[in-house]
Formats: sequence, C-alpha cells, structure tokens
Amino acid sequence: MDDMITLSHGSGGVQTNRLINDVFFKYFNNDILNQMNDAAQVELDFKKLAFTTDSFVVNPLFFNGGNIGKLAVCGTVNDLAVSGAKPLYLTSAFIIEEGFSIKELEEIVKSMAEEAHKAGVKIVAGDTKVVEKGSADGIFINTSGIGKIYENVDINCANAKVGDIIIINGSLGDHGMTIMCERNKLGLEGNLKSDCACLNSLVDTMLEAYEGIHVIRDATRGGVAAVLNEISEFSQVTVALEENMLPLKEEVKGATEMLGLDPLYIANEGKLCAFVPEAYAQEVLNAMREHPLGYDAVIIGKVTEESGQKVYVNTVVGGKRLVDMPSGIQLPRIC
Amino acid sequence: MCLAIPGKVLSLDGNNGSVEIGNMTRDVFMHLVPEAVVNDYVLVHAGCAIQMIDEAEAKITLDILKELAQNEIC
Amino acid sequence: MKFVDEFRNNEYTKILVEKLNNISSEKMNIMEVCGSHTMAIFRYGIRDVLPSNINLISGPGCPVCVTPQSYIDTALTLSEKGNVIIATFGDMMKVPGKKGSLTKKKAEGADVRIVYSPMDCLLMANQNPSKKIVFLSVGFETTAPMAAVTVMEAKKNNISNLFFLTAHKIVPPVMEALVKEKDLIIDGFLLPGHVCAIIGSKPFEFLSRDYHIPGVVTGFEPIDMLQGLNTLVSSVSKKNNRIENDYKRIVKTEGNPSALEYLKKAFNRVDSSWRGLGRIPNSGLEFKGEYEDFDALKHFKIDYEEYDGSPGCKCGEILKGKIKPPDCPLFKKICNPENPVGSCMVSSEGTCAAYYRYHKDTK
Repeated sequence: MDDMITLSHGSGGVQTNRLINDVFFKYFNNDILNQMNDAAQVELDFKKLAFTTDSFVVNPLFFNGGNIGKLAVCGTVNDLAVSGAKPLYLTSAFIIEEGFSIKELEEIVKSMAEEAHKAGVKIVAGDTKVVEKGSADGIFINTSGIGKIYENVDINCANAKVGDIIIINGSLGDHGMTIMCERNKLGLEGNLKSDCACLNSLVDTMLEAYEGIHVIRDATRGGVAAVLNEISEFSQVTVALEENMLPLKEEVKGATEMLGLDPLYIANEGKLCAFVPEAYAQEVLNAMREHPLGYDAVIIGKVTEESGQKVYVNTVVGGKRLVDMPSGIQLPRIC
Repeated sequence: MCLAIPGKVLSLDGNNGSVEIGNMTRDVFMHLVPEAVVNDYVLVHAGCAIQMIDEAEAKITLDILKELAQNEIC
Repeated sequence: MKFVDEFRNNEYTKILVEKLNNISSEKMNIMEVCGSHTMAIFRYGIRDVLPSNINLISGPGCPVCVTPQSYIDTALTLSEKGNVIIATFGDMMKVPGKKGSLTKKKAEGADVRIVYSPMDCLLMANQNPSKKIVFLSVGFETTAPMAAVTVMEAKKNNISNLFFLTAHKIVPPVMEALVKEKDLIIDGFLLPGHVCAIIGSKPFEFLSRDYHIPGVVTGFEPIDMLQGLNTLVSSVSKKNNRIENDYKRIVKTEGNPSALEYLKKAFNRVDSSWRGLGRIPNSGLEFKGEYEDFDALKHFKIDYEEYDGSPGCKCGEILKGKIKPPDCPLFKKICNPENPVGSCMVSSEGTCAAYYRYHKDTK
C-alpha cells in the first residue's frame, strides 16, 4: 500500500479502487456495502424516518478521546437519536488533501467502524475525493444518516412546557476545552479528554423510563447555551439554570477560569439535554444514572412560568445571569 | 485586565515554575514572586505569577464569615 | 479549587447580601473601574441583589477597550506584512479599527495568533526565525510587569525577531481625571484588586486625601465583591473617606516590590490616549531606551499619530457615568455587539454591551 494519498487516489481508477478495498471496505465491511452498487439498497418496514447530515472539519484531527472519524459517526448518530429515532444506516464521504498519510486515514476509518459497531449502525455508502495540497485541512468528512422514528415518541424543539425539568448526562465543555488546548497550544497539561460518544443507547434507556420526554437535544457547537436558547425560542419558554448544579470536571473548571470562558458556551460531543415533565424527572434521571454515559447525570434547571423567551442562571449570589445565544467564537481573555 | 487564578506551585527551576490550576498544570514565569517555594499558592495572570496568596489572611476572611453564619443559625 | 470555591460559598454570600441591604437607604453612586469587576458583576448577577438606592456605574472598563483606534489600525497594518505574525490576547481580536478588526484580517489571510501569555511569544520567536513576531502588549499594571519580564528575557536570550506594540495604561491617573469632572458625582470606588496586587493601595490614597472619596480594594470572587460593596457602602454612609483593603490575601499596602522593580527597569511614564476619554497625562507606559530595539513602532519605522476616531460616540460620557447607553445617538442604531463603535460596546460586558443584552426585549 502507498503511504500517502495522491491525486490518483481520487481519480476513479485503479488507485481509487485499491484505496477503497484496502482501507474503507476493510473496516466498513457489511452486507449492503459489499454489494458495491452505486447506491445502497435497503428495505425499510416503516414509514416515518429521520434523516440528517453533518460535516466534520475539526482541527486537530486527532485529540485525546477521539479523532475526526469518531466525531463523524457519533455526531450523526446523535442527531438521529435525539430526534427520537433508532439510527440505522450512515453514509460517509471523504474529501482528502493530497499528501495525507494513509496510515492516519486508516486509523480514522477504523475508529469510524468501531463507533458504528458500538452504535449498531451500518455505513452503507460512501465517496472519496482528493483535492490538491492546500485545498483542505488534511481531511473533511461528511456523514448522513437515517433512522426509524419510534412510535409514541414525540420529541421536538417546540415541545418544552412550563414545569419541565432539565437534565444533562454529565460534565460540560469537555470536548471544546480539549480541542482548544490542543489546537492553541495554551501550555496546559492535564487529563482533558473529549467526551465524544454515541448517545443512542442512552436515549433508548431514557425513553424506556418515560416515552413522553418533551425535548432531547445534543449540545454540540455553542454548548448547552446554544441548545437551551434554541429550545427557549421554539417552545417560547423561559429556562432557569442553577449555577451550583452545573457539572464541571476540575480540569475544565480550571482551564475555563484561567481563560475567562463560560463552560455553558463550550462544545460537547457526548452530552444531551432533556426536558422532562416534572412527574417523571426522577425516574428518567435514575435510569440515566444506570447507563455508562449517564453515571453523572444531574438536574441543572427547569422551565419557569416567567414570560418571554430567555435562558438565565441563578447565581451563587442569588442574582441572575442572562445566558444569550452565543455569538462568534469563544476567545480566551485576560480582562 | 485582571483575570487571574490561584494555583499551587508544584516545582521550580530558576525563574520558571510549574503551577497546578484545577488539575491542569502550566509553566509559569515566577520572576515576580522570588520568595515562592514548592506548595505555595500564587496568583497567576496570563502565564505569570503576580503575587503570593496569603493563606492566613484567607482564613481570617472565611472564619469571620463562618462565625456570622453560625450566629445566623443560632 | 482552593482559594476559589471557598469564596463562592452561597451560605456566606447570602449573609453578605443581607447585610448589604441593611446598611443605608441613602442614594449613592458607586463606581468600579476594572473590566474584570464589570465581568464579575455580570457573571454573578450582583446588580440584582443590590439595594435600589445604590447606583453601580461601570468605569473606564478594561485597557483593551480604551485602546484608541489608531493603535488597532497600526496593528492591522502590521498584520498585512507577509513576514509578520501578530501575537495577541484574545480580548483584542474583535476591537474595531477603521479597517476592520484582527478577526477580519485573520479571515483575509493575515497570520494572527492568540496567545494566553507574553512568554509564549518567546517560544514563537524561536520557532519562526524567518518571521517577525509583533506582540500587542496591552494591559494595566497587572499585565505590564510581565511584559517587562518578557522583554528582558528576550534581550537576555538575544531574541531579535520579537517586537512589542505597547499600549500599557495606568489606573490612578484616569481615576483622578474622573473625580476632577465637576458634574460627576461618585461617592465611592471599588478599587481594582489585581492592579493593587502590583502597585498596592497607596497610589489610591489621593482619592481619600485630596478628594475625600472612599475606596475599597476589592477582589473578584462573589464573596470578595460583596464584602467590598459592604465596606464601601458603609464607608459612604458613615462619611468615612478612607481607602480600605478587603482583598488582604492578595493585596499588601506596598504592593509587590519585585513587580514594581521590573516596571521601573523597563518603562517610562508617558501621556496616553484613552478611547472615549481623550488624552490623560502620565497615564501610559513606554519602553525605556535600552529596550527600544524591541519597540515595533521604531523597528517598522512607523510614524505613529494617535487618534480616537469614533465620531458621534458618547462612550466618554457613559464611562463617566453621566449618561446611560440609550442616550447615545449611535446605540443600537449603528453601534451593537456585532458592530461595536466605542469601547463600551467593544467589551462584551461593557456598559453598552451589557445594557443591549439586558434590554433587548425593550423597545
């Protein structure tokens, strides 16, 4: 096998086929993909499906806790899961920069296969393009996915109601701070690790505890702040968080305090927020805490009766801090 | 221009120190706190220790509040 | 985290809030001058727990935001040079000049890198020998000593490709300029705890001695802020015009002698322009002669002319607490957080930016 990607690997000829066989098919091996049709052919026994797509451009490509490939699978699986669907099939398209290491590509693809297997999804179609040196940041990945929407489940951004309890499955900001520290070489050494994970089995656990959960959203770019603001707007409700209840790993706390950042705005890749009617909140929380991705699940706030659509935090001082929709990228500050 | 955070001095090498902040460590300039020794707490601003933290004074502040809190309960 | 968590104990903050609301019902104007205090007030929602008779005014904010437009424009011009890397604190990225901002220049292809510490520039200079690193050296007395340390380390290690575009400012002169304003009534100051960590509380004694205004050296954790407010409100109501120190675990009366020594060795005091406030005598710092080879203006032969250039902007009046943001003709109509004109909107927690956010539902 060659050790570097060249333009020939994207030209559709011998080299492309060799790459597909030696790398992609080696790991993504499944009955549908192996048919090698131009389009994957699947038979579905349901009418309502969830369909999503996402592109991944992370830098650095490899970080503590994962890589771009793992992100690409988890991101799309999670979008399906939080829509109340069972993720089934994924596609993956690669845009690779000329000169990219094939060994690294193999590592990425292997991660994707592992995550897909863990999540119970099959990668059934794909594409590979190669662009000239300088035209991509190493590698860009797009994944699209379909899932079967569960019956009796109606999860929607507009469904939050007054009295709903807001639960998160663990600590805020792990992924974003890991990336920020690795990318910007901030000189911080420690155990920061991305929380990148497929959340579909956790969502299944939650829905088994109570299928009437109003909203579930995964908190990715823009952090929990972005997600809660979106829900607040679409459901036309006010969300109140409790500062004391926001879960933070000591590493993230130290790093965000040092850099003047707010963990509510930092990206996650393995966290979801659920809006659960008060009567069922404890049940859902207990169920989450039995699941490996929910051991640290906590209640962080609720939907109040206040009018207007806003998100705020009740601070340790007894005051309120507004949590706006994030604007621009989070920058470290010294002021 | 005042964002600063307490950290514990883990090691020293001349004017360079390794300081622990919330389970993370960072190299910090120690030029401004020549009296610092390992296990001292210093205030870190933009990668530089700018002052020693007086643990005794911190305790005084907290003890006063603790007493106030206890008086409130009684 | 030690020395952090204990000072966020909500049992203690509750007591301090209760005390604060039972000191005096007299109307009073309290000003905080440090951008980090403005941030802490917002972060902890301190305005919500203040008694209604206390008017909390945000002063000249942070040194990044009071940096004149001419400084930003010089940085932007330097960023256009192919062999220059601009190294900057994150705070500077969005500050607007005439030709945009550093964020915009970065998007256009300029090599602009965020650093957490000036010491990172030493490494950057070594790792990029064919490039010229220009560090945007801004900050109050809290930050200036480490710029001094960095330039001395650069000289000691014969680093010849690191330059500083300096705009360091000093706090006591701007406060004196404020209290001299005839129509400005400030009853008391929350004094910047980390500036005082360096210079001590002595340089602020003029407030008490010459102007009979009390001040309290205040820290930044919730307990520190509430404690400082308690002491200050008490001082104002009892007409006790002293300078008190409520941040004793960090601040000594004489400050940090080592840091002061570094400042003295590296810098001269000069007059300086503050965005929205004009020129204030003896309020800035410039490298002494022996470090002038590291001065970016000298190295790049820039004929620097200072200008503020925010026509119609009323930041000066707002910083002095004379008017509120809606009184500025540019507020919301032209000046907003995405397109800030003046310093009060540049800082995400500046008076105008905070007002904009809190009152966005109000017509």
